[in-house]
Parts: sequence; C-alpha cells; structure tokens
Amino acid sequence: MFRSLSLLTASAGLVLGGSLASAEKITGGGSTFIYPVLAKWVSNYEETSSNKINYQPIGSGGGIKALTSGTVTFAASDMPLHPDELEKRGWGQWPMITGGIVLAVNLPGIKDEAIVLDGKALTDIYMGNIVSWDHGDIQKLNPNVDLPDRHITVVHRSDGSGTTFNFTNYLSKVSPEWKSKVGSDTVVSWPTGVGGKGNAGVANYVETIPYSIGYVEYAYALQNNLTVTTMTNQEGKVVKPSLDSFQSAAANADYADHKDFYLILTDQPGDASWPIVATTFILMPEKPSSEAAAKTALDFMAWSYANGQDVSKHLDYVSIPQNVVTQIEKYWTANVTSNGQPVWSK
Amino acid sequence: MKDAPFRLGTRASAWLLILIFAGILASLLVLSWPSIRGFGVGFLVSSEWNPVTKEFGAWPSIVGTIVCSLIAIVLGTILSFGIAFFITEIAPRRIRGVVARLIELMAGIPSIIYGMWGLFVLVPFMATTVQPWLMKVFAPVPVLNQIFGGAPTGVGLFTAGVVLAIMVTPLVSSVMRDVLATVPASMKEAAYAVSATRWEVIRYVLLPKTKVGLIGAVILGFGRALGETMAVTFVIGNAHALTESLFMPTTTIAASIANEFNEATGTLYRSALMEIGLILFVITFLILLASRLLISLTSRQSG
Repeated sequence: MFRSLSLLTASAGLVLGGSLASAEKITGGGSTFIYPVLAKWVSNYEETSSNKINYQPIGSGGGIKALTSGTVTFAASDMPLHPDELEKRGWGQWPMITGGIVLAVNLPGIKDEAIVLDGKALTDIYMGNIVSWDHGDIQKLNPNVDLPDRHITVVHRSDGSGTTFNFTNYLSKVSPEWKSKVGSDTVVSWPTGVGGKGNAGVANYVETIPYSIGYVEYAYALQNNLTVTTMTNQEGKVVKPSLDSFQSAAANADYADHKDFYLILTDQPGDASWPIVATTFILMPEKPSSEAAAKTALDFMAWSYANGQDVSKHLDYVSIPQNVVTQIEKYWTANVTSNGQPVWSK
Repeated sequence: MKDAPFRLGTRASAWLLILIFAGILASLLVLSWPSIRGFGVGFLVSSEWNPVTKEFGAWPSIVGTIVCSLIAIVLGTILSFGIAFFITEIAPRRIRGVVARLIELMAGIPSIIYGMWGLFVLVPFMATTVQPWLMKVFAPVPVLNQIFGGAPTGVGLFTAGVVLAIMVTPLVSSVMRDVLATVPASMKEAAYAVSATRWEVIRYVLLPKTKVGLIGAVILGFGRALGETMAVTFVIGNAHALTESLFMPTTTIAASIANEFNEATGTLYRSALMEIGLILFVITFLILLASRLLISLTSRQSG
C-alpha cells in the first residue's frame, strides 16, 4: 500500500518536473486596487498556459520598492510615475485597469444615491470648512432632502494608498486651496478626520460612526452595501457611480498625447463621466534582467487585455479600450528590449 | 565534569541577549539617521507630519502613546486591584478558580480580536451612550468640558485607552494576585484575630507588605500598553493631530508605524518612522529604569 503510494508520488513528481521545465514562474507585486481582477485573470490564464504568475498585493509603494530591489518582474501602482522619474529608473509604464472611487456616507434615514455632492462641497468637507450636514452649500445641492444638523466625521485612509492619491488628485484639480495647502500623494497631511487602514478600515469606520463620510473603491461600497452619494461632474451634470459612468470617464482619456501613458483620470470631461476614477499602471524595467520572465509577464498582460473583459466587468472595473491596447502593444515592442531586440511581439 | 560547558553555555546566552539588544539599538540609530540629521531635536517637539512636503515631527504620536497608556493603566489598575483582592481574599474557593481561569483565558486572546471587538462593539456604544453622557456630566466644569468635549464619534484616545485597559488587566491582575499570595496566612489570621475588618486587613497588612510588587505589576502593565499596536490602530482614529479632547482621533507611535511603514516611499519618510520607533524604544527603557528606581526607593523605606 505505502509502497504503491510512494511510487505514485514519485511518478507524479516526474511528470510535474517535466512540464515545469518549459514553464516560467514569475512574481509581481503592488496595488491592492487591481488585486481582485488580477487574481481572477491569473487563475483563468493559468488554465490556458503552463506559466505561473504570483501576484502579491502589498500596496503600490511596496510594489515600487520591490521592483527597485529586483525581487519582482513587474509592479502595479495606482499612482503613475512621471516620465522623468521613469527615465531615471529605466522603467516602462502602461495602464492595466480602471475603476471608480466613490463616497460612502452614514446618514440614518437617507437612501442610497439620495445625496449629491460637488467638488467644492467635498473639498470643504475634507478641508474642515464644512462641519455640519445642514450647511448651506450642501443644502443648496440637495433642496429636497432634510439634512441633519449633525457634525460630519470625515474618514480617510491612514495607510499609504493609490486610492488616496487619486482622491486627493481630484480635490487638487477642483480646489486651488486644497492644492496649495494639502496637495496630492499616497499619504497627505489631513486637515481633519479619522484614518482607517485599507479600504476595509474606511468602510468599517463609515459603517460604525454615524454621520460620517469616507472614500472607498466602488467594489468595497458594493460588497458592504454602503450608502453612496452621487456627484456633480466637470460638465455640471449629476452622475451616479456605476460601470457606465466610470467607462465614460475612461473613454474620454487621450493617452496618445501623454508620454508613458502618464495621465490621471480624475475630473474628466463628458456629460456622463464619474469625476473620481483611478487607473492602475504596470511598471517594468525596459531592459529586463530576465528576458524569459519579462516575455511571460507581457504574454499574460496581452492575454488579459484580450480575454479579461468579462472578469473586469463582472467585478465593476473598466477594461482598457482596444485602441489603447494597440498603443500599449506598440509601446512594448518599441521600449521593452533585450540586446536591442523587442522582448515581446504580437 | 559537565560544569564547564554548562557555565559557558549560560554565559553565551547572557552575552547573546546583550548583543541582540545592542544590535537593535544600533540598527534603529543607523536607519533613522537621515531623519535625526535632517530634523535634529526639533523632531521631538514638532507637530507637523506631512509626507507630501517631507516634514515630520513626533510630538503628537509621543503624546498620544503616553496619554493612551496612562488612561489604560489608570482604569486597568483599578480593575486589576479589585480582581486580585477578590480572588485572594474574598471569593469562595470554587469561584476563585473560575475567575482565575477566565483571566488566563483573556490574556490568551490575540490583540487583533480586541481591536475588532473595540471597533464593532465598543465604538458604537461609546458614540451613542458613554461619550454623550460624559459630555453632559462635565459640560459645566471648566477644564474637564474641554477634555471630555468635541464630537462623540466613538473613535479616539478614550476608546483606545478603554480597550487597552481591558487588555492589560489580565497581566496586571495575575501578577498582583501572585504578589498578594506571598503574604503569609498567619499574618492575616493574626490581624483577623484582633477583630480587624476585611478592609483593615487589606489596608494595614496586605498593602504595606506588597507595595513594591504591586507597583511592579502596574509598571509591567504600562510597558505592555505603550507598545500595543493592532488593537489601538483599530480604534484610535489614526490622525497625526494634537487634541485637547479625549474623544478626538489621534495616533500612537506603534499605530503610525503599522499604518504607514508599508507604503513609506522615500528615505526621509522611512527614517522618520524608524526614529519614532527609536523614541518608543527609549521611552520604554526610561520607564523600566524609573520603575527600578521607584521599587528600590520604596523597598528601602519599608525595609
């Protein structure tokens, strides 16, 4: 009995060993924003390929650190790096997925999507200028809602986060005061409020503290059944957070004019566009140390662009449009090289 | 003769401990050097914590750490005193065992569980019941209405202190219980024989006899409270802000490091986090030193 078992495992080991020899095993790390989609892509991809992709959601900053020290083949970051910075590091960059950031509120008696906010009111709340829900500016946006005379508890992220970067980037675009006093980064010096760790931390605080407001990824708001607000966008139209309004913001993105796809999709034009949209970017060395690993990573990404749309849509993320994918694939052939030859070709 | 290798082994263990201690201190110093050089002594008293402009100061997190631990140890000591005296002096033997087991069980609960319980149970209770009540009670009192003022969000120093108090109670009360158990039964019986009440036995026999050990228990609890991380991170609100109200969010050194280290990009930011770690190290060290001093002083007086 035991003997046959050991024989069996030995032969299984032989078979596995044989198939592993030709397969590549690569590691990536970074953004938690992209993780739910990427994890699904990886498991679907591994059914069609012998390659193995191991992605660790350690945060955008962590991913950049890991790529700098060379422990991963690619990093994912919700904050794009500036082309100058990329050139200094010798890295390439392209967008992988887009998603929405929404405002969750805890307002007893007020229904989902019943409150409208605009950029100015939102900035004033996060600035600490508006401290009560029945403030004139909020009331003016919501003439038919009976707003409570209660202190607003502002909730933000306490850890460094690409979500914070995109959110503060939006506030900086709509408010010169925010831009000069606070600015935009993965962690900022918040004028007011409490900090929750991760999207889950913010969602938990919003759920437990009455009359609070916080920003989270759309998926978290959906999963936790949080009450969310609608927003007034750049065109002055009131929009609801949904895949359609995120898509509209992404559709107006003009990557072609931006070197290294350096474009942040907040406050985009378009009647139907949701104002706070975040894109996760992939970072990879332009002269990879392992050609085979780099090729595997790019193969996987090309496969995901082509076959991953259903997964993205199902999880409420917006896929990168086909015309942009074509640009990205051209970018790969032109920039990611080994001994002067492109690592990947279509 | 097995004596020589045994002596060598124990000596090596002792030296290894000293080496590890020195190694930790040295690596903290080296890693926080950019921040020490960049901000100097001002780092200790600056309230600025701005990763965008790369300006950092430790003052709010130092104050948050110490105040939070003080709240915890004050509440925890009162609770532990009661538990320890109850178990050793008052409770019937059968109940004594049950309470003692429960305390041991509490000590075994991981801190993250306390944090989750704090966030989902204690925070709403604080926000809707305890804090509004305290605000109402202290509203007419000049200074206390500031300390117990602000918006009752349930998140902040006070709640963190309460969660910590519950967490240090098992440790403090079991040490106190062991200390009280060292008092010989004959001494207590002698006091009861001259018709002393229970309170008098506690006040005039147990307390003077065990003073040093009880202080030691409190300091041990304080040291534990200083470095507690996960439970505090859940309920303190994580805002780098000085606050005069106990109900407002602030941060502690350990919570800041847990929150920010993973995404701290740039040398200065990382070394600033390392430096607050170094400060926590020094604070804990000073407190242990002070406790040694206090214990030797009190034992000399009573001895």
